[in-house]
Amino acid sequence: MSARGLNRFGEADRRSAGRPYGGLPAPGSRSSDLVPRPEYTAEAEERILGGCGLMGVCDESGGRMSGELALRSMSSMHDRGNGLGGGFAGYGIYPDFPYAFCFHMLFNDDVGKDDTEYYLARHFVILHHEPIPSKSVRGIEDEPILWRYFLEISDERLAETQLSAEDYVVHSVMDINNHIKGAFVASSGRNMGAFKGVGFPEEIGEFYRLDEYRGWTWTGHGRFPTNTPGWWGGAHPFCLLDYSIVHNGEISSYGINQRYLEMFGYKCSMRTDTEVVTYLFDLLLRRHGLSVEIACKALASPFWKDIDLMEKEDRQLYTALRAVYGPALLNGPFAVVLGMGEGMVALSDRIKLRPLAAARKGTTVYVASEESAIREICPKPDLTWMPRAGEPVIARLEDGVNLATSAAYDAVA
Amino acid sequence: MTPSSESVRSVPTGPARRGPTGIEPARITAGQPGLENGLVTRDGDTAHIDARGVYYKTLNEQIRMLVGEGMTTVMLDNINGQRYIGAGISADHLTIMVNGVPGNDLATFMDGPTVIVDDNAQDGIANTMNRGLVVVRGDAGDVVGYGMRGGRVYVLGDVGYRVGIHMKAYGEQHPVIVIGGHARDFFGEYMAGGEMILLGLGDSSEPILGSYVGTGMHGGVIYVRGSVQGHQLGKEVSVVDPTPEDAARIEELVTDFCRVHALDATEVLSQPFGKIAPFTHRPYGKLYAY
Repeated sequence: MSARGLNRFGEADRRSAGRPYGGLPAPGSRSSDLVPRPEYTAEAEERILGGCGLMGVCDESGGRMSGELALRSMSSMHDRGNGLGGGFAGYGIYPDFPYAFCFHMLFNDDVGKDDTEYYLARHFVILHHEPIPSKSVRGIEDEPILWRYFLEISDERLAETQLSAEDYVVHSVMDINNHIKGAFVASSGRNMGAFKGVGFPEEIGEFYRLDEYRGWTWTGHGRFPTNTPGWWGGAHPFCLLDYSIVHNGEISSYGINQRYLEMFGYKCSMRTDTEVVTYLFDLLLRRHGLSVEIACKALASPFWKDIDLMEKEDRQLYTALRAVYGPALLNGPFAVVLGMGEGMVALSDRIKLRPLAAARKGTTVYVASEESAIREICPKPDLTWMPRAGEPVIARLEDGVNLATSAAYDAVA
Repeated sequence: MTPSSESVRSVPTGPARRGPTGIEPARITAGQPGLENGLVTRDGDTAHIDARGVYYKTLNEQIRMLVGEGMTTVMLDNINGQRYIGAGISADHLTIMVNGVPGNDLATFMDGPTVIVDDNAQDGIANTMNRGLVVVRGDAGDVVGYGMRGGRVYVLGDVGYRVGIHMKAYGEQHPVIVIGGHARDFFGEYMAGGEMILLGLGDSSEPILGSYVGTGMHGGVIYVRGSVQGHQLGKEVSVVDPTPEDAARIEELVTDFCRVHALDATEVLSQPFGKIAPFTHRPYGKLYAY
């Protein structure tokens, strides 16, 4: 058992599992009456309140940076988290397999691993698989089995299912997360990967040997779980295909967002609010083909009073957007950083209930919860600013997806 | 039933483990608790601290130690993200110079000193400050002067959201915030006392103020250099023309602000100001009375 009261499967140890009312015995009960609560056993024994920290950096020219940059930036915001979750996403990190979908997997045990490998072998061509390299770091313990698979989909399978490769992967991710016990997909994109777990971000980053990777976009997160359990799968980023989300805040509209997403085949399985943001971006950007700007305005839409003040054309646009995407509206306090094949987007809620700072130096865009986390890795930016509530900060790779999945990009790097 | 005993787990996930808690501590330690003191150099009653990589708690202990020694100027070099600088320090004739970007809650509960930041500042500066002066040469973040009780804050650049929230005044205690640049939504939210001035210098292509200005405001006053539209205001306030007494007060405060930031006060004062004040000091007095 770990000192934090959670075992390796993210489940609370017996001391708290036996107390269904947040550690207090139920009224009129004797200690021998207490049984573990069925669903939420993964909650920690006690809660400490605070706020998450996040960062993102993207070189729009496609120049690749060491993961140590993200690690140092997150480390400077150590005090924002409480060691119950840290994680990073890197883009452009797998030059040997830029076209392959890379599944980063967390397995509770060998059975989950065997079942998943059976599933993957049936549905994909496994180009390569290996343990995700890691090293012993003080503070990181009880890690799950961490493995990565580089996958292709045969033309026959695509023809048979009549799905796009991306939809095929989304189906597979939902299958594994919902139907294979003890197996979770941490990331499933091309030429990218998520590295996450229970610990402080700087510990997690060193555990995964992040400094040995180079990528053109990095996002990082230090977690301070408030409403949902701190477990390996529940650490940020939350990923689907190339989309990764790190999030500070809480999505109060989770219920309606979740039901809306279910209609499109997304099943929420990570026991946390943040995963809806990832799925919403996948739905709006990839499947509905909205631009980043419009997608952000659907998720953090202008208030009606501001729409009333707009010129006719904009008024019609935003009225339609709110009508069509009402259930996709993200309510509650949040600041998120979206990593994707084409670049990086940072967005805060409509009344700026969570901090977000941004900076630019040359072709590199930085965002973070605190400006000091940017200055830690970029002491003298050309420009610093405070992004407006609901206004996205967008970094776009000059060659977008081509760069992300082309074997020729080494010429750039 | 998922097998969950450790016996089923036989696949190594990396180099051979050396024990359940690992051996090496994390190598990168920025922003983490540590015992390293910043290097202190003393020159008469001026002291320098090299704060690079020094944990905020250690740094603030060192500042207090130097103040206790009778230093009147403490120069903090290579500051980056250290929180609570100047927190709760009660001293007159003390100046703390911050070179770098200080962390959140700069000058919180501060009682008397002057803090000068030569760069941008983060969120929550002058939180519940009692007395003293905070000067920021760059921008400042959200919730400047949260629950501020006294003293002054002079920010040269822009500020974020909810500036002056819950500011209050009583008797001799009279807080003042002057902003050189622009401010965002919820300026003066739930403001109960004190004065705020927004000058709106710089970029003139966009509104100098966001929406929901003075929402829940029931005391104090906000002066804005430039125009404010009705839709930007909260329900509890209105814009009126300043009285001659107001104009004299604006001139006094702006002149002092311009002196500190080396601006031309005459030029700044040449444009008209509007006054934002609450309709009543009890906006919610009848909320639950039918």
